[in-house]
Amino acid sequence: MSNATFTSRAAKSLRNSQLRRNINKATTTIRGKTARVTAELPDWEALRLAGREIKRSTLAELDKHLIALEESVTRAGGTVHWARDAAEAREIVVRLTKAHNTDQVIKIKSMTTDEIELNPALEGAGIRPYETDLADMIVQMGREKPSHLLVPAIHKNRVEIRDLFRDQMGSHGEGLSDRPTDLTKAARAYLRDKFLETRVAISGANFAVAETGSVVVVESEGNGRMCLTLPDVLISIMGIEKVLPRWQDLEVFLQLLPRAATGERMNPYTSIWTGTVPGDGPREFHLVLLDNGRSKILADEVSRETLHCIRCSRCLNVCPVYERAGGHAYDSMYQGPIGAIVTPQLKGLEEAGSLPYASSLCGACHEVCPVKINIPQILVHLRGKVVESKRETALGKLSGENMAMQVASRLFNNQQALEWSLWAGRLGQKLLTRDGVMPWLPPPLSGWTLSRDFPALPEQSFRDWWKQRENGK
Amino acid sequence: MSSRDIMLATIRHAISRPAPDGLPAVPPPGDLPAYRRRLDATGPEIVDRFLERLRDYNVHVEVLDSEAAVIAAATARLAALGLDRLVIPADLPAAWRPAGVTLVEDQALDHQTLNAIPGALTGAALAIAETGSIVLDGGRHQGRRALTLLPDYHLCVVFAGQLVGLVPEAMDQLGRHPARPITFFSGPSATADIELDRVVGVHGPRTLDVLFVTGPTQPREF
Ligand code: SF4
Repeated sequence: MSNATFTSRAAKSLRNSQLRRNINKATTTIRGKTARVTAELPDWEALRLAGREIKRSTLAELDKHLIALEESVTRAGGTVHWARDAAEAREIVVRLTKAHNTDQVIKIKSMTTDEIELNPALEGAGIRPYETDLADMIVQMGREKPSHLLVPAIHKNRVEIRDLFRDQMGSHGEGLSDRPTDLTKAARAYLRDKFLETRVAISGANFAVAETGSVVVVESEGNGRMCLTLPDVLISIMGIEKVLPRWQDLEVFLQLLPRAATGERMNPYTSIWTGTVPGDGPREFHLVLLDNGRSKILADEVSRETLHCIRCSRCLNVCPVYERAGGHAYDSMYQGPIGAIVTPQLKGLEEAGSLPYASSLCGACHEVCPVKINIPQILVHLRGKVVESKRETALGKLSGENMAMQVASRLFNNQQALEWSLWAGRLGQKLLTRDGVMPWLPPPLSGWTLSRDFPALPEQSFRDWWKQRENGK
Repeated sequence: MSSRDIMLATIRHAISRPAPDGLPAVPPPGDLPAYRRRLDATGPEIVDRFLERLRDYNVHVEVLDSEAAVIAAATARLAALGLDRLVIPADLPAAWRPAGVTLVEDQALDHQTLNAIPGALTGAALAIAETGSIVLDGGRHQGRRALTLLPDYHLCVVFAGQLVGLVPEAMDQLGRHPARPITFFSGPSATADIELDRVVGVHGPRTLDVLFVTGPTQPREF
């Protein structure tokens, strides 16, 4: 993927005004709610710090915790599988499914299964995967890609959804209106049949506790509970970074995640299960531990904290670039600021090297992230790597850009330095600006403006504006 | 080498590098920032908060001053809703069993049978005031998960003595039996997937009613 492709995909989204209106509405609503329910906890900041420290210390001894998890899951009657990459994970899931002589599976929202492109592999093996999350089902019926981490079907309007349902839900879709309540009712009835007749379910996992072998799924619709409870066989796929050492750690993340994600004090349903329990739920449980590039991220000390991410999508909701570009522009299930750092690291800089540039480095994502991931710092770090790899091929051509990024990288190490430098930059640029664009910059930044105009820093930084706006509420 | 060995070796290689300058060292486990582990509030305040949260979620709550009032309240509520058949866990106390409705004890009923029963009546493991959550763990009076999942209506008896303030207090108690299958519910299932219109009641019971007993309470051990 080249730099031009993010830009061209984003340009396409910008023309789609329905999409922009919807995303605007989505982000504004969720932003207000998350701001309210995070502000109401006097210890929100302490919880964030605790979340970050748990993640940091867990990753530092990740091998140990994974072995403990394997032991406890096995003790509880489950089976653990290790998958180095997407191909191996697909092979494991397809093999386990086929062993049960079934031609369909039900799935609960899982970015990990999207990441490993499981559905085409299942279809190739003659197994039909049914997405059971309403939005994922809509996206699947339309044969599209999700456009938003939390509301993946936000690009579809009700009439389009009704048409899909009429088309593909058999008797449940007959004579259907386009009212969201009717559409939801039809989905409930259609999926209930699937839940009752399907013997194998595939899920992701939000957390897994090494100490006890317990796995956690956090959700809103209840399709998760159905998938986790009714089938005979449950296969859960989790990235290796999802492990938590102790049961007690859950109390931190079960507070952080719902408040940051949907702005609820608690999401409607949370399920925690441990292996298998006679007479309650699946008789067979498989947990697939997926690496697929995560250990590479782990090896990079600066971007390691990418793996702290609990996929709440709060950084998307505050991102001015995401708000304008839309999710499809990121060409991945990981979108927005977190996508801009995850995808290039998972897919490689050659393929997704433009994504670290899909940001204005305003820092809003870092400010709201429930586990305090310093996304701007990682973006700058990755840009440095892109430039480095380019320089190897076109020697020295971009040295100015390289230097600019190194300067910025130093600035972003420290919150105060960043605020100071943005402030200083706004004062300094008055002398340089012409038509809102700075045609040249003082060295060492001048090399950077040879290849592009540096957009003038706004009078008020996004962060200042944000602070003012939130305080004014 | 197995995939397991390769993955573990790769991870060990990745984490064996020292942390770069300027990044704080990994703190020893247990040394976490002090977030609240108990809600600093009186009993009545905690009850009030819980009831307020339930009302926020549009849950119908009836506050009863003793366990003896459960049967009458349940009977009246079911009559008002026109429900005449309920599934119950086999260990549901006789003192909670409403009159005038058919009660089906769950003796390993199959899923289709459960699916055809309109409602369920159970107790709970505990409840959390701060989040308005009711938690089931398959312990006493709760039955297995499918029992409170397939019927469209759930009537749940919760005692004030089962109420805790914050999530950490709940996790402490649940941690005594972590291997039990645990379900938190906090408000009705919901989706905003279609044009962000919030629609309530996607899967699972679309109606949750709570009988909240403040008076003399059933023993808290579970
Ligand atoms: S990076 Fe932070 S804010 Fe963004 S999805 Fe991950 S946890 Fe949430």
